[in-house]
Amino acid sequence: MSLKADEVLAIARLARLSVADAEVGEHAAKLGSILEMIDQLQAADTAGIEPMAHPLSQGQRLRDDVATETDRRDDYQRNAPAVHDGLYLVPRVIE
Amino acid sequence: MAWETVIGLEIHAQLATRSKIFSGSSTAYGAAPNTQASLIDLGYPGVLPVLNREAVRMAVMFGLATGCTIAQVSVFARKNYFYPDLPKGYQISQYELPIVHGGSVQIDLPDGSRKTVRITRAHLEEDAGKSLHDAVDGMSGIDLNRAGTPLLEIVSEPDLRSPEEAAAYMRRIHQLVRYLGISDGNMQEGSFRCDANVSVRPRGETKLGTRAELKNLNSFRFIERAIRHEVDRQIELIEDGGRVVQETRLYDADADATRPMRSKEEANDYRYFPDPDLLPVHVDAALIDDARAALPELPDARRARFMESWGLSDYDAGVLTSARELADYFERVAGADGVAPKAAANWVMGELTAALNRDGLAIAASRVDAAALAGLLRRIEDGTISGKIAKDVFEGMWAGEGDADAIIEARGLRQISDTGALEAEIDAVLEANPSQVADYRSGKTKLIGFFVGQVMKRTGGKANPGEVNRILKSRLDRQG
Amino acid sequence: MSGAGAWHECTLAELARGVRDGAYTSVALTEYLLARVDALDPVLNSFVTVDAERALAAARAADARRGTAAAGPLNGVPIAHKDIFCTDGLRTTCGSRMLADFVPPYDAAAVERLAAAGCVTLGKTNMDEFAMGSSNETSWFGPVKNPWDTSRVPGGSSGGSAAAVAARLVPAATGTDTGGSIRQPAALTGTTGLKPTYGRVSRWGMIAFASSLDQAGTLTRTAEDAALMLAAMAGLDPRDSTSVDAPVPDYVAALAYADVRGLRLGVPGAFFDQHLDAGIGRLAREAIAVLESGGAKIVEVELPNLHLAIPVYYVVAPAEASSNLSRFDGVRFGHRAAGAKDLLDLYERSRSEGFGDEVKRRIMTGTYVLSAGYFDAYYLKAQQVRALIARDFERAFEQADLIVGPTAPTPAFALGAKTDDPVTMYLNDIYTVGAPLAGLPAISVPCGLHEDLPAGLQLIGPHFSEDRLLAAAHWFQQRTDWHRQAPALAAEAG
Repeated sequence: MSLKADEVLAIARLARLSVADAEVGEHAAKLGSILEMIDQLQAADTAGIEPMAHPLSQGQRLRDDVATETDRRDDYQRNAPAVHDGLYLVPRVIE
Repeated sequence: MAWETVIGLEIHAQLATRSKIFSGSSTAYGAAPNTQASLIDLGYPGVLPVLNREAVRMAVMFGLATGCTIAQVSVFARKNYFYPDLPKGYQISQYELPIVHGGSVQIDLPDGSRKTVRITRAHLEEDAGKSLHDAVDGMSGIDLNRAGTPLLEIVSEPDLRSPEEAAAYMRRIHQLVRYLGISDGNMQEGSFRCDANVSVRPRGETKLGTRAELKNLNSFRFIERAIRHEVDRQIELIEDGGRVVQETRLYDADADATRPMRSKEEANDYRYFPDPDLLPVHVDAALIDDARAALPELPDARRARFMESWGLSDYDAGVLTSARELADYFERVAGADGVAPKAAANWVMGELTAALNRDGLAIAASRVDAAALAGLLRRIEDGTISGKIAKDVFEGMWAGEGDADAIIEARGLRQISDTGALEAEIDAVLEANPSQVADYRSGKTKLIGFFVGQVMKRTGGKANPGEVNRILKSRLDRQG
Repeated sequence: MSGAGAWHECTLAELARGVRDGAYTSVALTEYLLARVDALDPVLNSFVTVDAERALAAARAADARRGTAAAGPLNGVPIAHKDIFCTDGLRTTCGSRMLADFVPPYDAAAVERLAAAGCVTLGKTNMDEFAMGSSNETSWFGPVKNPWDTSRVPGGSSGGSAAAVAARLVPAATGTDTGGSIRQPAALTGTTGLKPTYGRVSRWGMIAFASSLDQAGTLTRTAEDAALMLAAMAGLDPRDSTSVDAPVPDYVAALAYADVRGLRLGVPGAFFDQHLDAGIGRLAREAIAVLESGGAKIVEVELPNLHLAIPVYYVVAPAEASSNLSRFDGVRFGHRAAGAKDLLDLYERSRSEGFGDEVKRRIMTGTYVLSAGYFDAYYLKAQQVRALIARDFERAFEQADLIVGPTAPTPAFALGAKTDDPVTMYLNDIYTVGAPLAGLPAISVPCGLHEDLPAGLQLIGPHFSEDRLLAAAHWFQQRTDWHRQAPALAAEAG
């Protein structure tokens, strides 16, 4: 099983990864071999089996509604590549 | 061709919790950018969400109030897409298993009838942050204070058939979430937002037409206008031989038009899957009991009770229960000793509402509180002042001159009901107007109004109008 | 440095006792191990970051605490953390260019707890990028070498931790295991690797790979040291919704009466399949025979769906990873491409420059299996088969107290041998992926050398049976000395 070039590009776009034209073939082949391996699943009889999203059977714990956080903007923005007046900067957003 | 409009609404109500849905950050509005964005809200590597109990309780309250089924197990899922105001690259929402589903509300139609609008579901999710355009030379700035604020997304069935119905439904939900105290409903601050799915189809057709999703309908006025424009656009398009494409359109209030959203042009594939950082939410009986105990009297029940116990008309009861604060205010006035409920209704809907509107105040900020208004109405009821004088007293109260009794005293507005004093005034009027007296006695009984007016003039409006009438009539009739 | 000669040969337990008894100071011990890192790590590349100043400051604080109530059970003992755990003020890279300059403003729960127990953080260990790999070759900071043979891989993704412990640079290190990332490198380096039950150790501050599988654990030389580490790390953390509120047994005390008499050991045929290297298989059987000689009963158990564990894992883990790694967009932290012409360009180039090939491949695999039209056939199907595998284990544990078999199918392989074929690389985890899919605890202990390369024996237990696992492993280590064998390289530094 191999992926078509446009499928690789569509997945890459969805994942916000750029794939150079020269890399498409290798990605297609490797992803194809992974998908082929994964395809073994299709042979399993899973009729009536509840999908298992999680190894735990417990339910979600709930937090009390208390505002516990303090302003640590300066600490948190130390890792930010571009900030201005407390805002994170990105190229212009068009709605 | 006759066209039918089909509308379904998705309303996002910010829940009035103190902290965010998955973090301990404050949800207070208006802080400096990113000062209320914690590691969790910023999606820092390694952080994890923990669900806020109050958000769950509020969603359950909404479900109970709208007759929804409360899911015993609901699941948070990730909705994956990239956008700068979405820090993790996914929004934590509910997809297949929402917390409540299958309810309804009633809306009032202009013709006085009522209509049931079905609620498909309401689910919990986190809000995104905000992009501020052109924060600095051609760059957008991202403020994530709002990211992680709890939202209840309320999805209706496509039961609405006109822009007016859509607006009525939106008002209804707005009224309800405010009654329940689960959202402040502040549209200016974005606490209550609405998207509409709009389509048209030939009347009689049962299949739905292709819909457009209108975003950003954040006022009752906009929603009617935007839907009306969109309906016109779709009908025109179809009648010109075109066809509607499924797309997301943004309503631009300044241009009063809708346009396709650039950011939504690309077909989205949200790749929903259960969020592995959160476990299934089990709403137990204790939580439901807790939510039920917190339910206030709901608008419809209150309206019926207002009609029954206060003798109000359906219309008046509807107006007075339109907002919980207004109804509470009215009840405090009407329930006070010595106040006539009907007068209370008239005053709250009339003078009070006019004054609030004039000054752009919410009822909670009224310059005349319920006890003070009751104090004024008590003086009408016990005959101390007339209704007309009461309006002046009210203005004095609004201006901060004191309570009703103080103003009546200070301005000497106490009504004259003393028979002896009134007889003297009336005799003086009759004496001064012999020809009118003669005319009256010859059959022009309408002149009674003239005599009342003269008495009022002499007493500066303080004469008790009922007494004046009675005495006048007996004087004029007896000597006739 | 008098009397310092043998410190690196001491276990965590011994060093904790030494510092507590005042036989030596934490500062002396820390300096000694820092010197070993300086001497040996240029070859091994097991550390990404070593902060000597910070470590020595922590050591001085530990020495000041000695003899007071504030001194925890591991007071003053240097350890290393896999570079996937956030450390407040200390660079945390996750083996990625994306986070090459990332300095977290907070500590992971595991880091906090080990610090509270008194541990000194010597540094952060190298790892496969975002824990995606089985050979430690996907790290942006270069591959880690296996101390037993530096032309070979140490396994992964916790390869840096495993190599550092194997080379006696630190007595213990933290690791994380998603599909075998603690146990497989433990097997390949002759160390003891414990993956606790899902939910036993908080995931707070552990950079997520696949959230429903990731679990923090330990790499040590002995089961006793693993017990000491787990005792410090385990327990409920309200910041992690998947952390479990189950009592934490006294893991160390449980070792005192470790016995395997009457213990039912399930040996699934699925663990001795065509992928298993004959030499490794022989060592595993010999190890099982040791346990049997101690009175353990061998029972046959079936894991009929285990052959699908790898396909399930390579749907579930990439799916979750594709979403978990979406936060790396060049906006709030992490690598940002220069001169982006628009938003899309910023995203695509930041991510493409910041992530390596294997990470991109997994993100794309995960994106694919979750996308419209494929979700049911891949993601949902995998979740169903995951349920079947969990059920298989449940049934097996009705007959067996522990399940036992080889940890990895082969000994350490040559660097570069499998990098061109992802599927072949993925098969390294064939015996280890089952346990995390079912959320089960498992341990790998050294069980011999095959052609001078270590082999590991894997023991898998039911949920929250870490005490039973550790006791069995400890019993085994009382009767064997494979865990005491050190690579020749470890003796090179003085």
